[in-house]
Amino acid sequence: MTRVLIPSGALGLGYDQLAMDRAIAAKPDIIAIDGGSTDSGPSYLGRGVSKYSRASTRLEWKGLMQARAKAGVPLVIGTAGTCGSDSAVDWLLDITADIAQELGQTLKVAVLRSSQAPDYIADALTGGKLSPLSPAPDISEEAIKQFTNIVALAGAEQIQAAINTGADIIIAGRTTDTAIIAALPLMQGCHAGAAWHGAKIGECGALCATNPQSGVVLIDFDESGFTITPTADGAHASPHTVSAHMLYENADPFILYEPGGHLDVTDAQYESIDGTSVRATGARWVPSEQYTVKLEGARIAGYQVMAFALLRDRRYVEHAQQWADDITQKARTKAIDRLGISSHDFSIELRLIGKNATFGHLEPENSNHSPTEIGVMGFVTANSLQQAQEIGKILNPYLLHHPLTQEEEQPTFAFQFSPAEVPVGPVYEFCLNHVMELKHPMEAFTLETIEVGHV
Amino acid sequence: MSELGQLVEKVRSKNAGPFKLTIDIFCGSKDAYDTVKATLPTERIATLLQTDPERLQRFDIPSLNVVKFSLDRPQVQGSIHDRDMHGASWAALIAEIKI
Repeated sequence: MTRVLIPSGALGLGYDQLAMDRAIAAKPDIIAIDGGSTDSGPSYLGRGVSKYSRASTRLEWKGLMQARAKAGVPLVIGTAGTCGSDSAVDWLLDITADIAQELGQTLKVAVLRSSQAPDYIADALTGGKLSPLSPAPDISEEAIKQFTNIVALAGAEQIQAAINTGADIIIAGRTTDTAIIAALPLMQGCHAGAAWHGAKIGECGALCATNPQSGVVLIDFDESGFTITPTADGAHASPHTVSAHMLYENADPFILYEPGGHLDVTDAQYESIDGTSVRATGARWVPSEQYTVKLEGARIAGYQVMAFALLRDRRYVEHAQQWADDITQKARTKAIDRLGISSHDFSIELRLIGKNATFGHLEPENSNHSPTEIGVMGFVTANSLQQAQEIGKILNPYLLHHPLTQEEEQPTFAFQFSPAEVPVGPVYEFCLNHVMELKHPMEAFTLETIEVGHV
Repeated sequence: MSELGQLVEKVRSKNAGPFKLTIDIFCGSKDAYDTVKATLPTERIATLLQTDPERLQRFDIPSLNVVKFSLDRPQVQGSIHDRDMHGASWAALIAEIKI
């Protein structure tokens, strides 16, 4: 039996201290926590930085390092620093060394790096080692060399290599959310389908139970299934909450692809135990013939400035779309004319908050409802920040004074800040949805051990 | 005619990675599930989201009383024309479907 403690869905989300104390008292074999996700957008991977503050991360990570010392078992974090790039791994390693000094701990830290050199990935493309998933952006050798960061998602094998170093703490770059949980049960001979199934159910901590923000769950893996238990007061797992978690952020609720195979939960059975724990059996692990890892990449999509105005005049509120369309077209024409650029070099987009900012043209017409006011959020994206600022300044007089008709007195709309254009700076985009064939699991990853702290 | 959101327990949407969007309709009861299953053709969702029905996956899951749809994101997450980074707002659009 292998007992895995998952403190929460991600480092930075917080966890219930009492639930954590109970879980540590239950003598887990490993503590595993996720450190990131693509969910916050491409800028973090693009820049190779964390989205959480250093102070918050340090506070929470310190709590986990103290819990680890008490339990005397390894602590593993996957996708360190939101994006799992080498720079984000180094950021967390630095925090770890700092905390170890403070606590007087001497620690062996295994560092698993997932960043990929663009030249290496370009060669893999040329060598036929990359396959697109669906949908995938078009890529070329030249395009790949412009990517600011590329990471490969490590699976259980790479985490197992890190565990085998005997490290106290494992700081991993990009991994699948599940690999950090499944690795040890798989090593210790637990049921492979159950290892991956339990890992998927537990990857967001107590999100698979009631009182989801309490975070902490324990999963016991064995030779035929797993049992998951949330440890906070008021947190209960049921067959419904647990099986429903297979749907979460998962396009296919029955199949989950991982390096080296896939999980199939079509025949899984869930059984309630004492109203708080759930036992699951029947999941299958289907190994693949070829070992592949998924890639993520980001590149600069342009440079952006943002502008904002409020429409409060009822007539303008009612005709906001016509007003915005007119401005967009006029500002576009003027930018092309005055800056000598082509329409492909930039974009101007006005989103009408209170009308259709969330869905744009997909928003169904709602003619019997007129809001009190409309927020006009304008985005200019161009090939350089200087050019975006120039276009933003061409847009500015329209946002401030554009009349619905030429005959009327010049209107003035409400600006919220000065300067009127806010530089967003470089904006990034996800540019890979591909898998890469590897000859062996460690081919695209590096592992080193470092001693930190009070030496 | 009532709205889907009034008939079911919850409609949830979320990214499934940067390139996919997934929508979970938790019907809450077998009756509601049967009604949704019978009256919500996949084409309705495809039309609403202006997506190709061929690229829209549907899962009817009786054990959970859930109808689930997964599709390519109309805009890749976080690209310059994307208006909902986490994909959670799409549920509101689906919940307003008249059935």
